[in-house]
Amino acid sequence: MRGVTKGGDPRNADPAAPKPPAPASRRSRPTPHPVLLRWLVLVLAVGVWELVARAHGSVYFPPPDRIARHVHDLWFDGPARHLFLTSAAVADILPSLGRMAAGFLLATVAGIVLGVMVGRSRRAYALCNPVLQFARAVPPPALVPVFVVVFSFGTPMQIASIAFSAVWPVLINTAAGVRNTDPLRLDVAAVLRLNTAERLWFLVLPSALPRIFAGLRLSLSLSLILMVFSELLPGTANGIGFTLTEAQTRSDLLTVWAALVLLGVLGYLLNTGLLAVEKRLIGRERAV
Amino acid sequence: MSHATRPQEHGQGTDRVLQLSAVGQHYGDHRVLHDITLTVPAGQLLCVVGPSGCGKSTLLRTIAGLLPAREGTITIDGDPVTGVPDSLAVVFQDYGRSLFPWLTVRDNVALPLRRRGLARAERRAEADRILDRVGLSGAARRHPWQLSGGMQQRVAIARALVCRPTLLLMDEPFGSLDAQTREDLEDLLLEVHRTDGTTIVFVTHDIDESVYVGDRVVVLSPGPGSKIVLDLPVPLPGRRDQIATRGLPEFVALRAEVGRAVRGKGVQET
Repeated sequence: MRGVTKGGDPRNADPAAPKPPAPASRRSRPTPHPVLLRWLVLVLAVGVWELVARAHGSVYFPPPDRIARHVHDLWFDGPARHLFLTSAAVADILPSLGRMAAGFLLATVAGIVLGVMVGRSRRAYALCNPVLQFARAVPPPALVPVFVVVFSFGTPMQIASIAFSAVWPVLINTAAGVRNTDPLRLDVAAVLRLNTAERLWFLVLPSALPRIFAGLRLSLSLSLILMVFSELLPGTANGIGFTLTEAQTRSDLLTVWAALVLLGVLGYLLNTGLLAVEKRLIGRERAV
Repeated sequence: MSHATRPQEHGQGTDRVLQLSAVGQHYGDHRVLHDITLTVPAGQLLCVVGPSGCGKSTLLRTIAGLLPAREGTITIDGDPVTGVPDSLAVVFQDYGRSLFPWLTVRDNVALPLRRRGLARAERRAEADRILDRVGLSGAARRHPWQLSGGMQQRVAIARALVCRPTLLLMDEPFGSLDAQTREDLEDLLLEVHRTDGTTIVFVTHDIDESVYVGDRVVVLSPGPGSKIVLDLPVPLPGRRDQIATRGLPEFVALRAEVGRAVRGKGVQET
């Protein structure tokens, strides 16, 4: 009777009833007001900006409603079959995003591959860490002139600048995450006789994933910065950064502001997208 | 399940024997184990008891091939242990860390089957079969952290059993569970041992538990340089039962003997 044999009902066999999934609600409050509050602050800030800008009437600081209308007219007034994008948007935003995506993807792949290689060996990690810290400490835009020399102006230079700047946070965080794999789990992997690929796929990468994403978030914002910066240089014929400098030479401050707003919105959306991917991949264990 | 229970019939593993000769282990100057010589016949459930810090876990890690023996040799069926031996499984105490939280219960259990070259469907079927055996048929698609501690340790046991090991090592597997859960899992272990005839080395610091589950109890002295101070067969009559067995006079006497050895004053009285 006491022997728990097959088919024993786990509820009887186990007096500690299954815990409810760990409190995912820890962060969300009983009322929705933090969300409302956050948007309220934004709305208020824009409202104050609007009032002050109108009161001043300065050509350098147009009120936000004019900027918003200008953003709309410039880029989002197109036909529905082009997703409302104007030809200017297709000519400027898409190339910028394309270069940024290419640079960021290169940085992600290279950063994760190199990070795993560095992180898997204690010696490689000890040897490489000072170099990595140094490479990370160099302000990325300062490297762009080097790439201009190597690649001359144009898209390859821009992609290389983005990738080379954005690779360090992913690389360093991946290496640290891989380095910190739970030693007990490595013993488990050894006892289960997982081969190298299985150990990587089923143990090392999943446990390093939170660190990898911490690196990716930094890399993403660096990619955006480097995208704009590399487009400010001569030899660029399109892109948001190009629009920015070009408007500035024409003293078209409204377009400058419009480009800034667009960059802010893009940065926010990209980060939100990355957070959504992260949540989908590792949100579950976060609850532990 | 169709496993017929054949009480006390061990040794289907024929002559598979675990043998330790003069095994010693040290970290630098710190001596952990000294001159451990042991023969574990096939099908035996050997309990290793000792005060905390006496090197029980080190001994287990050495047998598992996770830690090379600094002195002496370990053989399984005459083959020296150099890496993790085939057909060996380990259950660790810390189930929360030993299971992979990003995999479902079923995928955790099916993981060791990959090296057997089974198709995905076969791996899943096998995992489900073993989950059913440990009483977790309903939990296959959940994640380990959604389960209670006892259920998580059942998952770890299922993962250990899925490759039908002939040698099972358990490192204080029930040490962090509440009393009731612990008793249930002890009985689950005994049932597995009865049916499969697996050789089991079971490390614990709990004297009662060692006498209850073991065919034989070995007591290690406190470190540093722990050695075997008592090697005691456990000839308890009949099938073990949490209430009846623990009340037997033989049980009480054995428990006292092991207890004295653990406290370091029993040897002269045996």
